[in-house]
Amino acid sequence: MPTITYIQNDGTAHQVSLPMGATIMEGAVQNDVKGIVAECGGSCMCATCHVYIDEQFLDLLPEMEEEEAEMLEGASAEIKPNSRLGCQVRVSPKLDGIIVRIPEKQ
Amino acid sequence: MSKKVVIIGAGHGGIQVVASLREEGFDGEIVLIASEKEMPYQKPPLSKGFLQGKQSEEAILFRAATYYENNNIHLRLGEEVQQIKVSEKRVVTSSGETISFSHLILATGANNRKLVFNGTEAPNILYLRTLNDAQVIAQRLESSQHIAIIGGGFIGLELAALAAEKGKQVTVIEAQTRLMERVLPAVISTTFQQTHEHNGVRICLNSHIEQISNEGIQTKEGFIQADLILAGIGVIPASSLAQEAGIVCENGVVVNEFQQTSVPYIYAIGDCANHYNVFAGKNIRLESVQNAVDQAKVAVNHILEQPQAYRAVPWFWTNQYHLKLQMVGISAGFDEYVLRGEIGSDKFSVYYFKNKQLIAVDSLNRAADHLNARKLITAGISPTKTQIEDLAFNLNDCL
Repeated sequence: MPTITYIQNDGTAHQVSLPMGATIMEGAVQNDVKGIVAECGGSCMCATCHVYIDEQFLDLLPEMEEEEAEMLEGASAEIKPNSRLGCQVRVSPKLDGIIVRIPEKQ
Repeated sequence: MSKKVVIIGAGHGGIQVVASLREEGFDGEIVLIASEKEMPYQKPPLSKGFLQGKQSEEAILFRAATYYENNNIHLRLGEEVQQIKVSEKRVVTSSGETISFSHLILATGANNRKLVFNGTEAPNILYLRTLNDAQVIAQRLESSQHIAIIGGGFIGLELAALAAEKGKQVTVIEAQTRLMERVLPAVISTTFQQTHEHNGVRICLNSHIEQISNEGIQTKEGFIQADLILAGIGVIPASSLAQEAGIVCENGVVVNEFQQTSVPYIYAIGDCANHYNVFAGKNIRLESVQNAVDQAKVAVNHILEQPQAYRAVPWFWTNQYHLKLQMVGISAGFDEYVLRGEIGSDKFSVYYFKNKQLIAVDSLNRAADHLNARKLITAGISPTKTQIEDLAFNLNDCL
């Protein structure tokens, strides 16, 4: 199971092992990582699971679909080149060890 | 006496109560009682990702089991509450146990309305509400070829779309003149109808069912062969517990702006709560994730003596094929609408006005419009017709 490290805005880090196919958002919410709201439950509807992906993993991610890009525009925190919606990124073996940072607000 | 919160129901509302209580620093006892035995899970994906086979049982859980342990939440799954003893502040469960509370939250949701002929429930029909229902439907979908769906609302059409995508022969039977008539205007109904028909779904409107048999459905208009019949024909709020306890009920449990029922220490939230909605301008019940989640927060804030009245803009969504429809506000009673994007395409938004005020926006595959519209309507801002129609104009500039 790929391991993912979430770094909350206050600096607290959580290491979580996720089943294959789970999303970054699901891993955070189910394991009580603070700062990812996901009020729509992962339907790419709300832009409240905004995360910053560690640069070295950025190229390994599936490409962003138009819908995700549009939703991201509506996110509350600053949009950066490494911004993604956690509900749209599924973990896979090559993402093992990925680090994601959580913005100050959703 | 320290506070002890008991919650009945483990859907979006009930789970949000638990999460918000702990997030706000509540350190009293929390008991969550749910009649289903499964770990609490999300219902919206059942008619979407779960039945499509894209999301597993595990993926739709609200929280991992460790969450409840770590946060000291007493889960009582597979238990029914049989009685609320209002003045004693206790509930009695199916196991005969009584559980005391200082505050009780009814997050009991709703039950599916069943098709009834001459006072008898029609046989051979499957309904979708629970994970168990979805698992049964998943199996039956595999082994069936001709599928009839009664009801052309969100649930019926989501089921129709996923069955069509599995290569099934699908017929949708709707009594009204168009699809999703209760909540959507004709322009959007038409787009959905065309998409369904393009995917091979037969849509029967103005259709009247006369008889249901093992072979299919006899309507006034003709016979529809079916080896599986599904129905999504609305819900009935689950308010009988409250009613039996003498709590005021009328189309659900009646609540004030803090989600309090007629008994001040008993709250109702989500699908079962009949509340005054400022965006509708009247008392309504809303069956949505947004409503359940936001009302949960209102109830929690009230219990923690930091009251904030419910005033969240309603939003909903449905996914069918590549169509993602996102709705915000209550469009009923609009007197004018303005389009952003082209009707006939599968990417446009409809802006509804009433007395020159923007009251609702439906966005089809235009996610950015939806998020923007939530902000506009919350803030009471109405863009001009020209601004809306001009795709080059960034509506965020109105905020």
